[in-house]
Amino acid sequence: MSTNKDQKFLLTGNEASAEAAILAGCRYYYGYPITPQNEIMTHMSIRMPQVGGTFIQVESELAAIYMVYGSAAAGGRTMTSSSSPGISLKQEGISYLAGSELPCVIINMQRGGPGLGDISPAQSDYFQAVKGGGHGDYHTIVLAPSSVQEAADLVFDAFDLADCYTNPVMILGDAQLGQMMEPVIFDKKQKTDLSAKTWALTGARGRKRNIVKSFYPVKGELEVFNTKLQKKYREVEAEEVRYEEIDTQNADIVIVAYGTSARICREVLRDAKKKNLKIGMIRPITLWPFPSVIIGRVAERVQSMLTVEMSAGQMIEDVRLSVNGKCPVHFYGRTGGGIPSPKEILNKIIELSTIKEKVTCATS
Amino acid sequence: MEPTYKKPETLIDTPTHYCPGCGHGIVHRLIAEIIDELDIKEKTIGLAPVGCAVLAYNYLDIDMCEAAHGRPPAVATGIKRVHPDNVVFSYQGDGDLAAIGTAEIIHTANRGENITVIFVNNAVYGMTNGQMAPTTLLNQRTLTTPQGRDPIADGYPLRMCEILSIIDGSRFIARTSITSPKNINKAKEMIKKGFQTQIEKRGFSLIEVLSTCPVYWHMTPCESMKYIDDQMTKTFPLGIFKDWEIDN
Amino acid sequence: MTEKVILAGLGGQGMMLLGRLIAQAVMLEEKNVTFFPSYGTEVRGGTAYYHLIVSNEEIFSPVIEEADTLIMMNLPSYLKFKGFLKPNSSLFLNSSMIDKVDVPESVNIFRIPATEIANDLGNVVASNMVMLGAYNAVKNLISIPTFLSCLQNVLQGKKAPFFRVNKLAVERGIDFVNLSKK
Repeated sequence: MSTNKDQKFLLTGNEASAEAAILAGCRYYYGYPITPQNEIMTHMSIRMPQVGGTFIQVESELAAIYMVYGSAAAGGRTMTSSSSPGISLKQEGISYLAGSELPCVIINMQRGGPGLGDISPAQSDYFQAVKGGGHGDYHTIVLAPSSVQEAADLVFDAFDLADCYTNPVMILGDAQLGQMMEPVIFDKKQKTDLSAKTWALTGARGRKRNIVKSFYPVKGELEVFNTKLQKKYREVEAEEVRYEEIDTQNADIVIVAYGTSARICREVLRDAKKKNLKIGMIRPITLWPFPSVIIGRVAERVQSMLTVEMSAGQMIEDVRLSVNGKCPVHFYGRTGGGIPSPKEILNKIIELSTIKEKVTCATS
Repeated sequence: MEPTYKKPETLIDTPTHYCPGCGHGIVHRLIAEIIDELDIKEKTIGLAPVGCAVLAYNYLDIDMCEAAHGRPPAVATGIKRVHPDNVVFSYQGDGDLAAIGTAEIIHTANRGENITVIFVNNAVYGMTNGQMAPTTLLNQRTLTTPQGRDPIADGYPLRMCEILSIIDGSRFIARTSITSPKNINKAKEMIKKGFQTQIEKRGFSLIEVLSTCPVYWHMTPCESMKYIDDQMTKTFPLGIFKDWEIDN
Repeated sequence: MTEKVILAGLGGQGMMLLGRLIAQAVMLEEKNVTFFPSYGTEVRGGTAYYHLIVSNEEIFSPVIEEADTLIMMNLPSYLKFKGFLKPNSSLFLNSSMIDKVDVPESVNIFRIPATEIANDLGNVVASNMVMLGAYNAVKNLISIPTFLSCLQNVLQGKKAPFFRVNKLAVERGIDFVNLSKK
């Protein structure tokens, strides 16, 4: 693929993510086949040899995440990708990556669960992604694209954020985003001002040896380490929150939605305007760190909020924590591969707009 | 007078955490000597396992990485692909390599990954108080086989060298022990050949070292050495199972 | 302008290629486009379907609830997607494979014997291009030269000789609609 700036390509979200990773300097990709993200792997198998990188189709999701661990420890830009059941298998390794403070990117093109579920789009891995799906007190930075262009752009940011905070970064997409084709321009570049990876394992030539580990057996050491880790997370929360805010200024009801759900809700906003309903939206782009401050602020001036997800209600818990009782938070969701339609969401909004909850809420 | 036997430069001068009579210390020292002799201290990256040897980085003065239980071959692969000219070895126990990490070791060998694996087989899970290992001998008593390993309930000891030697991607596979100076010298020779296999970019090498765990074998150190010679080697015969030099 | 199209046919009838080429052509004409192929468990011989949305405005929902156009290559496809029709939708049926079906009166129907026309040209696989010609003669969504240059890009090397028959098929599709208008 030629990479002239401004040149438009018609690509699936999967292909765009993979190509963006190559252009962002990722040279080590390890993966195991699973629908609906196979195009990432296929693209990598073609492109990695062309750029002198490594592509391995690995024997298991576990081995894939640990090859990522190895390449990250060795100082390489590295990535793996999968879909929900495969991401569950990788959780042990993600915990180790966080515990060893290693940078890497993990793409999850979510499908329906639990169990084998189905291969349709879903957003039911939110808890797993943002709360730390493995053991221990840790977070991955989670980015949620809602278009193919954004899927490409956020991959660049993901690698930079991973290196900047020496922390795994997850891109949380879904089958819809992975499979659909849209025009993409690759005009982002990787950051050049990142600090050198002096901690990487390269062979201890002319320096003291490096050790990459997450084991702190001496009593007290682990608490010291965890305190340091938490300090880093607070810094990420202070610096890296990203969201899109649309028409919230005079809104009666504000929708909170991410990824594919958010795109559908944008259509709802357009339809609602025609019906003279004042609807706004906040679209979290970082799911962790979560845009709590803006949601809390907007909650003070609206009748209610509506969280829309392709799940039984996961992000709504973070929305409620952010709102902290300032207004009612409602939910509309579909599960098991169901995608909410603009019509369904609009009906829910019409239903909500007839309830004057804020009045009772404000007086209480 | 020049001392004829001194601490290898790569071995760190520190009290050991291993139990009296444990074989890990001997194997660590052999690796340190080989790294010195091959002059590869500045280009070697080691993988410590989960198990008693998790703290191997406390003894070997080189760049080292920890890996989750069973995953050292995958982590070593990830490192080696970034630094193909460095020497990368994993140090693994029997539970790590032959139980929870069976898939990783087989596929790493099958890819012909150019790394060296030191497989320390003491037929028991030491760190977790002596449970049955995949390599526990038949009738051997452990914490979880109180009546001795029964093949009907517990299966048979797994012979990894034999399995790995039939994989096309493997290049050098050998089993040694540390029960006598002669055997220790032999073990050193084999491990060194493993490293050389890698340095010459010939592909995957694995050296299994039959080692002791006097505490969980409920023996004295001397008895445990004798147990290897008399019992373990019956199930796990010593020797070279695959050698690129001979196969060529 | 927003045009929501569902293309469907037997796996192998070339709907994927057709949808992609239309998407590519409108992209080159600076329109917004989202193309969503069905994926996964469909096998050769099953129904393969594709959602295509083209718009001058930003495209939000990538999912089609009501289609402006259905391009249906066989009966199972039509039966699967007829519920997406709305008043004044355009329905393009491959009449070689879908004969008598009941169609709502409010719908603009175009019956194109695409398989027969392609067969007459000596390449039955080009039935998708006949449908494209017919569709575009009615809807005028894309510029045919742009579309053909996209087609030429994918028919490279060994496939290059097929360009001529595909181009002819597009033209026959256009002619079929124009002649029936008269």
